[in-house]
Amino acid sequence: MSAPSASKSYPGQVSEGLRRWRKGKSALVTFLCCICAVIVVTPLALVFGYLVFKGAGSLNWDFFTKLPAPVGEVGGGIVHAIVGSMILVTLAALIGVPVGVLGALYLTEYSGPRFASCVRLGADILNGVPSIVWGIVAYAILVLPHGSPFSVGHFSAIAGAIALAFIMIPLILRTTEEVLLLVPNGYREAALALGIARWKISARIVAKTALRGILTGVLLAVARVAGETAPLLFTALGNSGWSQSLKEPIAALPLQIFTYAISPYDDWHRQAWAAALVLLLFVLGLNVSLRFFTRERVSAQPKADSDKPTAADAVVATVATRGAAVQVQ
Amino acid sequence: MTTAVLDAPAASAAQSVAARMKPVSRSADTLFRWLCLGMAVGVLALVVLVGWQLWSGAQSAIHKFGVGFLTRSAWDPVQGEFGALPFIYGTLVSSLLGLAIATPLAVGTAIFLTELAPNWLRQPIAFLTEMLAAIPSVILGLWAIFIMLPLLPRYLFPFLKKTLGFLPLFQGPTYSAYSMIAAAIIIAIMILPIITSVSREILRSVPDLQREAAYGLGATRWEVTRIAVLSYAKKGIFGAMILGLGRALGETMAVTMVIGNTPKIAASLFQPGYTLASVIANEFAEATTDDYRNALIAVGLVLFGVTVVINLLARLLLKFGNTQTGAVH
Repeated sequence: MSAPSASKSYPGQVSEGLRRWRKGKSALVTFLCCICAVIVVTPLALVFGYLVFKGAGSLNWDFFTKLPAPVGEVGGGIVHAIVGSMILVTLAALIGVPVGVLGALYLTEYSGPRFASCVRLGADILNGVPSIVWGIVAYAILVLPHGSPFSVGHFSAIAGAIALAFIMIPLILRTTEEVLLLVPNGYREAALALGIARWKISARIVAKTALRGILTGVLLAVARVAGETAPLLFTALGNSGWSQSLKEPIAALPLQIFTYAISPYDDWHRQAWAAALVLLLFVLGLNVSLRFFTRERVSAQPKADSDKPTAADAVVATVATRGAAVQVQ
Repeated sequence: MTTAVLDAPAASAAQSVAARMKPVSRSADTLFRWLCLGMAVGVLALVVLVGWQLWSGAQSAIHKFGVGFLTRSAWDPVQGEFGALPFIYGTLVSSLLGLAIATPLAVGTAIFLTELAPNWLRQPIAFLTEMLAAIPSVILGLWAIFIMLPLLPRYLFPFLKKTLGFLPLFQGPTYSAYSMIAAAIIIAIMILPIITSVSREILRSVPDLQREAAYGLGATRWEVTRIAVLSYAKKGIFGAMILGLGRALGETMAVTMVIGNTPKIAASLFQPGYTLASVIANEFAEATTDDYRNALIAVGLVLFGVTVVINLLARLLLKFGNTQTGAVH
């Protein structure tokens, strides 16, 4: 943009000073955006770093195999909370996965566009509901005596699992739908031309083709609810020992972290850090390995544009933003 | 987005094939279809269930306290006084402040990720921001209590008092680190990923032609971003903010752990506060009387109503912004 000779000026010529000012401003904003990106990533590093630093020392055999020691005594473990979390999440998945996956199958394979967008809107609303509200709903149905015909009458593992399932359903519905839509229509038409029954097409061809993506979505939803605390506060309640049945209050890892974190005992704080490290390793481990695992296969195909999201990226983004990322595509 | 429904001729072909199939296969077909439909309807039923449970649970509180429930500031369960104003105030202030902190950082990161960063850096950083979203709330709260809170009175509070002390928001004593500001920072960290992720989608949907045209006119990088990209994506980014606000309002655990949980309205942000979600989290399990519990359910209803409205608004903005950008392609 500089003039060939500085002595001659012509209309529309830009002064050197203005040019430098504009370039400088551009460089400054570029720099600021870099700083923003660094700041956004920093909390992840800080949280992870401190958890390893503070929690790794307390991880030992006792921690994974023993019940908590009586208050004031040092030692003990949180095996009951780990097992409790596993039970809660498994139960929640048993309820949430069929509803989410089959619901999504209906939307892509059978339903008209009107009903589909209606259900999608419903799922988006549900995805935006704060998790604590799910706790209230599960409480009203299952804990409150005479609240409903299904009421257990007191805090129970079932209530906790249902609350988590409520969170999983819309999440799985959205990720599954996202993946099912990627199955080429030619598969469906080819199968129809062979005279294969519609339900077999849905279950054996469409769902099977998308199985990897569906599984990714399900596991990410599991990772998400495994860390939920709020809906368990007054449904599963927590337990300092083993529960004898699903109708009793049950311990969970996030609840245990919460209880320990706000307690006044140093040893409990130590255990809270260790428990948090275990939980975070599980959640991040699942996220990272799923991404890596699905990426592996994608990279075998010719890569058109590394900036374009893959199906796995879309699923991860959907879970990370609880369905919001899907809306803007 | 279109659903993968088969077009009319294929569907009618499917029906004639179905007519000629063995009865077993046909009834399996019907069964599977109804099963899937049931699950999809289940998602809609879930929306009704949440609304109805909260509404019916809050009924007696609504009758008893009327609109005054939302405008009274006394919260004294022992005396039977229930006013939700301190919680509404706390939720709004902490969320809006968190949003104010998070938005520039998130939009800066989104610009970095779509406009500035080299290609090889984009996916990893986007992935890290999504991992930030995967950190369970309770772990962030634990980290905040033990690492972040002790630093606030030492560094941040004196700094804010010195620079912004002329505002009543930043005046008054700083007894403890449990404060509105601490909650706002944690909320900001929690909503960074969603705003970044959605803004990034929005920026990516801006057609490259826009950018090329601006570059062709001799604009600098920042000018391209400002004129061609940001002005184009304004509405969408606003939608992303609203979506972030929706999440912020419902954040429970981490906020409960740092906000101090005091049902008072204080002008100073250094003072502790209380939010709608954290009062439910803290007090629901111990709500002994019916009035107390119903009042808390009414608080939940307020929270639910607000988040649903906010989410619908965000959805509308994103959709509207999107059709506008889509038309250019």
